[in-house]
Amino acid sequence: MKHLLGLRELSKEDIIKILNLAKDMKTILKSETKKTPHLQGYSVVTLFYENSTRTRTSFELAAKFMSANTTSISVQTSSVQKGESLLDTVKTLEALKTDVLIVRHSVSGVPHFIAKNCSFSVINAGDGMNEHPTQALLDMFTIRERLGTIERLKIAIIGDILHSRVARSNIWGLSKFDNQITVFGPQTLIPPYIENFAYVASSLEEAVSGKDVVIDLRIQLERQKRGFITSKQEYYKFYGLNEDIMRYISGSTLIMHPGPVNRGVEISSEVMQLPNSTIDEQVTNGIAVRMAVLYLCTRKEGIYR
Amino acid sequence: MILIKNAQIVNSIHDKNEKADILIVDDKIEKIGINIEENPDNMIIIDASGKYVMPSFTDIHCHLREPGFEYKEDIKSGSRAALAGGFTTICCMPNTNPPIDNRAMIAYIKYRAKEVSPIEVLPVGAITKGLSGEELAEIGFMKEEGAIAISDDGKCVMNANIMRNALLYSKDFSIPVISHCEDSNLSEGGQINLGYVSTITGLRGIPREAESIIVARDILLAKETKAHLHITHVSTKESVRLIKIAKEWGVNVTADTCPHYISLTEEEVLGFNTNAKVNPPLRTQEDVEALIEGLKEGVIDCISTDHAPHHKDEKNVEFNLAASGTIGFETAFSVLFTYLVEKNGFDIGKIVELLHHNPRKIIGLSPNVIKEGKKANLVIVDLKKKWEVKEDNIVSKSKNSVFLGKLLTSYVETVIYNGKILKKDGVLNC
Repeated sequence: MKHLLGLRELSKEDIIKILNLAKDMKTILKSETKKTPHLQGYSVVTLFYENSTRTRTSFELAAKFMSANTTSISVQTSSVQKGESLLDTVKTLEALKTDVLIVRHSVSGVPHFIAKNCSFSVINAGDGMNEHPTQALLDMFTIRERLGTIERLKIAIIGDILHSRVARSNIWGLSKFDNQITVFGPQTLIPPYIENFAYVASSLEEAVSGKDVVIDLRIQLERQKRGFITSKQEYYKFYGLNEDIMRYISGSTLIMHPGPVNRGVEISSEVMQLPNSTIDEQVTNGIAVRMAVLYLCTRKEGIYR
Repeated sequence: MILIKNAQIVNSIHDKNEKADILIVDDKIEKIGINIEENPDNMIIIDASGKYVMPSFTDIHCHLREPGFEYKEDIKSGSRAALAGGFTTICCMPNTNPPIDNRAMIAYIKYRAKEVSPIEVLPVGAITKGLSGEELAEIGFMKEEGAIAISDDGKCVMNANIMRNALLYSKDFSIPVISHCEDSNLSEGGQINLGYVSTITGLRGIPREAESIIVARDILLAKETKAHLHITHVSTKESVRLIKIAKEWGVNVTADTCPHYISLTEEEVLGFNTNAKVNPPLRTQEDVEALIEGLKEGVIDCISTDHAPHHKDEKNVEFNLAASGTIGFETAFSVLFTYLVEKNGFDIGKIVELLHHNPRKIIGLSPNVIKEGKKANLVIVDLKKKWEVKEDNIVSKSKNSVFLGKLLTSYVETVIYNGKILKKDGVLNC
């Protein structure tokens, strides 16, 4: 595995390999020193064209825990501001002997574009509305850790499906394991042909009832201006995970959210604090998964020994 | 003198294909007959055994990028590329820099074409000044100078009142209005067709209604004004349906589609292939079939290439930044043959109508068939030759073909224009 660009093309076996390795990596995270030599001598660069705290920090910590030399390029202060093209940035990073580039960009396909034009490994940390593979992998890791399996489950994804790279990666990844996937959100945020990949529920109640897992998505508030949603208040009432809807969700159903959370818009503080909410756990698991991915992308054989 | 031996002549779907020799003297076809006497001393003899000879093609919609974007293409390079594809009359769109929106610009294009182009280049003037969609350009002056149509191609005239006035005004000058149908509010920010592939890739989708809503609007305006509306690069089944209804109503509407819309679908974009980023976007198999049916029934009158050259630096970028468009001159005939004749049973004569008779009719030119006394403007094609589209074989300055890597059947081997052999056995001679 040279690159991790998305889960749509990744095989079931590769996903299992990553999740198994992440389990080992999590034991390292639990240790006092949190340091392994796996990436010693490797140069890992993060290039984020969008703001991010958790994903970027998670990747950086993962690389650092594995002894990589890490560099973080801030687009706001880089030569991008001088008009340098992405292709030129890629060529510069190549000349700077980058081994792994972790990239986030607002445009779908940018990691694929970079991978076509470079010799180093590329990890997609979120591209436009396309994919966020490590987020889905950490979601799958969390589900497996909590429920003991990621197969044959009933999973609901709620919210902005149209713009969500998290939703897409989760759908591609979870679909490989015989899971029943249901989506729900305002009609303006349900993309065409999604019914080819998931059941589209007709109400929030229907969407969440009887599910093993409910993945709630972040809503971008600027969508209101573009006519996708009407107001935060209305969204919360009809599409939010609040106390009312919890009547339809059992105590054993996992409540997940990729964060950062808009409290009182897509989910209430009370729901976030329920014992079946995994939101904080997902963040920790993210480091383990990213350690596994970094390891596999830097090994020619791609197999953890 | 040129003698083409054993030519299988295809003039149109209505004429019987005739096998004969063609004698060309100066710029005209002197004689068509069986076993015309050879005289090697003062004759170039071309053996066309097993080949087809047909009138050279006319393209009513292309981009030559001069002035302003000569790094992509210019009148000379674009004309040579057109010639390589069998086109000897091409109409270039006005979205240059500065735009072709006044008589001086029309004169400039004609002058430059006369200087550097081996074929006939006919300029299309803008509908509105600066392609701004706000104020009508001097349509009368442009027509007087040689504009053959008006269009704000690349942009839609979003203001329905301006479009209505353009249609009304164009009637005084008997000039067709070529409409780029795209509701820019619906297409804003879109990269590809809104549908299965946009959902899969997360690329922003353009709903098909962005096209068909304006097709409907312009048809209604043409119905009211009785002007000649030409709808270009039709890409959706709804548009075909609307144009069919308009023709049944008796509206003066004609339409074209492009080789890529009748052969490829949105799936070409999978893998983020920027060469497949075109505007309007590639649609679905259903649309491809509707367009082919539209061509079969005569709802869509002709094929244009929408040859849209872009430098590789404008394509080898992030998908949203990539320029829209594919080059099209050099693959047009082969794509039509491969996808319409081979796969859909079209008569080869129908292809001649789509690439010669009908486009000429739309812009007011008479057909130039292969008959004695006519200008010797013809192509010799090998309908059996299979070839792969590769960058190395492309004549155009830009190499952004959506057909790169595709295997096509049939090839334009030889082109004769005004009695001169400008391409022979695949090699340009100009």
